[in-house]
Amino acid sequence: MAEKSFLDEVKKERKQWEEKNSTKNNDKKFTTISGMEIKDLYTPIDTADINYFRDINFPGEYPYTRGVRPTMYRGRMWTMRQFSGFATPRLTNERYKFLLARGQTGLSVAYDMPTLMGYDSDHPFSKGEVGICGVAVDSLKDMEILFDGISLKDISTSMTINGPAPIIFAFYVACAEKQNASLQNLRGTCQTDILKEYMAQKEWIFPPQPSMRLIVDMMKFCTQNMPKYNYVSISGYHIREAGSTAVQELAFTLADGFAYVEAGLKAGLEIDEFAPRLSFFFNSHLDFFEEIAKFRAARRIWARHMRERYKARKPESWLLRFHTQTAGVSLTAQQPENNIIRTAFEALAAVLGGTQSLHTNSMDETWALPTEKAAQIALRTQQLIAYETGVANTVDPLGGSYFIESLTNKMEQEAEKYFEEIEKRGGVIKCLEEGYFQKEIAEAAYRYQQELEKKEKIIVGINEFVIENEKLDMPILKIDESTEKEQLESINKVKQMRDNDKVRRALEDLKKAASNSENTIPRLIECAKCYATEGEITEVLKSVFGEYHEPAWF
Amino acid sequence: MTVLEQFWKGDQKALATLISHVENQAEDYQKVLSSIYSKTGRAYKIGITGPPGVGKSSLVDKLTLKLCQNGSKVGIIAVDPTSPFSGGAFLGDRIRMQSLAGKKGVFIRSMASRGGEGGLAKSTYEVALVLDAFGQDFIILETVGVGQIEIEVSHQADTKVLVLTPESGDSIQALKAGLIEIGDIFVINKSDREGAPKAVAHLNMILDIKRHTEKWNYPVISTSAIYEKGISELQEAILKHQKFLTSHLLLEKNRKEQLKNELKNILERKLKQLLEEKMGDSFNWEETLAKIYSRKDDPYSWSEKIFEALKK
Amino acid sequence: MERKIRVLLAKPGLDGHDRGVKVIAAAMRDAGLEVIYLGLRQTPEMVVEAAVQEDVDAIGLSILSGAHMTLFPQTVELLKQKGAGRIILFGGGIIPQEDMDKLEKMGVGKLFGPGTTTGEIIEYIKSATRGRRKEEAIF
Repeated sequence: MAEKSFLDEVKKERKQWEEKNSTKNNDKKFTTISGMEIKDLYTPIDTADINYFRDINFPGEYPYTRGVRPTMYRGRMWTMRQFSGFATPRLTNERYKFLLARGQTGLSVAYDMPTLMGYDSDHPFSKGEVGICGVAVDSLKDMEILFDGISLKDISTSMTINGPAPIIFAFYVACAEKQNASLQNLRGTCQTDILKEYMAQKEWIFPPQPSMRLIVDMMKFCTQNMPKYNYVSISGYHIREAGSTAVQELAFTLADGFAYVEAGLKAGLEIDEFAPRLSFFFNSHLDFFEEIAKFRAARRIWARHMRERYKARKPESWLLRFHTQTAGVSLTAQQPENNIIRTAFEALAAVLGGTQSLHTNSMDETWALPTEKAAQIALRTQQLIAYETGVANTVDPLGGSYFIESLTNKMEQEAEKYFEEIEKRGGVIKCLEEGYFQKEIAEAAYRYQQELEKKEKIIVGINEFVIENEKLDMPILKIDESTEKEQLESINKVKQMRDNDKVRRALEDLKKAASNSENTIPRLIECAKCYATEGEITEVLKSVFGEYHEPAWF
Repeated sequence: MTVLEQFWKGDQKALATLISHVENQAEDYQKVLSSIYSKTGRAYKIGITGPPGVGKSSLVDKLTLKLCQNGSKVGIIAVDPTSPFSGGAFLGDRIRMQSLAGKKGVFIRSMASRGGEGGLAKSTYEVALVLDAFGQDFIILETVGVGQIEIEVSHQADTKVLVLTPESGDSIQALKAGLIEIGDIFVINKSDREGAPKAVAHLNMILDIKRHTEKWNYPVISTSAIYEKGISELQEAILKHQKFLTSHLLLEKNRKEQLKNELKNILERKLKQLLEEKMGDSFNWEETLAKIYSRKDDPYSWSEKIFEALKK
Repeated sequence: MERKIRVLLAKPGLDGHDRGVKVIAAAMRDAGLEVIYLGLRQTPEMVVEAAVQEDVDAIGLSILSGAHMTLFPQTVELLKQKGAGRIILFGGGIIPQEDMDKLEKMGVGKLFGPGTTTGEIIEYIKSATRGRRKEEAIF
């Protein structure tokens, strides 16, 4: 904290400087993309309340504002993990091998819509959607093909799956076991974050209570058997994509995190047993400094709450480790090459914010899943930042900036206000049921759209610098009908080859476990091993847990 | 085939067209209503009212499933507010009535309030007549639910259900004696939540005073629309109330009261229309205002003159 | 009395990305339209049934999952079957030009891509529905 006499002098000098340069004559408001007002200049006055050791400190030291590791990227570069999956497991497997050959350092599986919703490829609802938004996985067989020739014990794999997360996780575990990989050493992440589904992404299956129970089952299973695996990735990404502000993304995500912590405690686990494996996933949007401040604030808030509120003792429990994806929603269909540049800025913000792993979007992703060429450029963007720009040479290069530190504080304060509001409304689940988050997000999205239409915010190629009658000059990845056909043949083959009596028994055992308080994960792994399909397993769980329907909002 | 002919054949599209006709007060809408009126009076009308967010639509959804189990036909009028700024409306009640999709004999119509007061839309009464003539056995009127007391529904529904949640303590307190004006049956929805038994007890305590002096016992029912609890009890209570009204000859009395109300409404509307015609574009406001403003005339004698002229 | 334009909005298909459709719903309300919102995961059957009951002037479907070549044709077909062909079917989402052309030939109205303003959509609805409703003989 600065000396008072010094601050008084700065205040006085600043006033004189303002008068001399007539800086106050401009009425125009400057705001971040989230609508947060930004001053013309930040000075020591704005950081006067900060205590370096209490609020910022060294990297790897509480409250981790500057980073979770002492050496950050000097010690190890972030993991370059491109989210990828399309069509059949066979084709996606080829893409993975391509990306690994180009220097990617982790895998991240994108599943198609039917898989995300718990339907097999041959379900009537799946028609027209098989393999379109990601890869279709119906049973362990598909998982085996997906990772054919890729050693799961050597590479960390992230999976974006939430509603049916425990089922797909069971396929993955069964697949790893078939490769003779030891569970103790499996590294990777399963998203499993159902709360943000109810909030923003809306891909759910079961109601909140049983969904939380399934997550606790995973928590318990992984705590015992898979110490290097992140069984949940608490995600703000989708909240932001649904239209939230940066502060809402930060606050709602961490509030979800606290809800998982409380679920674990309620289930009788010790905080330091399970908290170290909680991981996070944020969006990196266009507003450069706002994003960097958001990442820094996230680490500080999490550390403080974990240590002070939940009384975690192990420093590992205080760490907020996160993956980042650049903002899909910021990409434009118009002049799509510009997306390379947008993504580069967003990726840079994530790196300056201290991310542990990163996905960079491809320029063609408003149109379809990326082509090989577009995916390569996206990966190259990260490699350029890592190896050419020099930004990874020192830890938290922006730490100490009057602006960044003041914005980091502001982010923390605004998030705390939301925590209070959520508490006042009866907690996260209650807020979900009442549509509180949904309404907040929808209103923010509408506000932003209005700003665009009034040109208060400019997006190049959309409301300014438009090219009339632009013709798209870019190859687009097409998923043809043969995908659905191939997948249907594959699922039929699996059903013919497997021991159907064994499947029936495994599903019955699962049903029993779900109906009482037995951990469902070992049962799910059994189901996976005898090639029960995702849809069959989901049906069994639905018969016990019921299905979720969106309640009131708007 | 004319729309009416299709309507009498049970065509949903014709029903929808007639509802729009009536709702928009298209030129000959009164003629439409006259021509169907003899076939109305059969349907039993249930009003569902309560503050926002208590789960009225979800409850209507589940209640309707029960009501049509034995083949009864159900019409639902779900009202949402018209924006006073734009005149537009967001009608979102159907989101919460998904289990009725494809259900035979169920017809749902969302209505914007369009200046209607007391929780219902301007033309709810007339639209209900159309559904009645179509042969719906039950008509459910779901009110806007803006927070204040929605009294209009008591002028239109045979049985009024007031829906609250365990958190509605303050509203219960505020309504107190007024409760039975707006409800024949009381529901504590979301009863899986904390505080539900307390809310039920609280309601019962207030209602006990009335129960002594009235023949109807004003039941309080705990429901959970999401977990489908208490819905049968609610259905039974409604049917019991229907029987009660019939056996005490109250149904006829109440409906005549409703009718009187409607007759007055029609006349008021006509008078207003007449006034608008007479005082329309051709009326010389400028001169009138100048006179009154300069105190050469006064509003009271002026209106007296206009009124006398109208009567002729 | 001026007839209000009634529009039904829905999101068929499996994906849950409802940001766009909700923004458009709010903009339409603010432009004086009556918007009936059906929500997520609606089948063409559910959409058409609701459209008939609500007697709407237009149906807007938001499809971002790539299933547009399945869902739009089904909806058009059902509307024809129910004799509700006068209802304009429009949509939004990520739809390549060649698919747009094909769908237009099948009788689908305008399809809006990313970056469209809400104003453009509302303008379209107002002009496309104008005079489209032929008053049928009631008596």
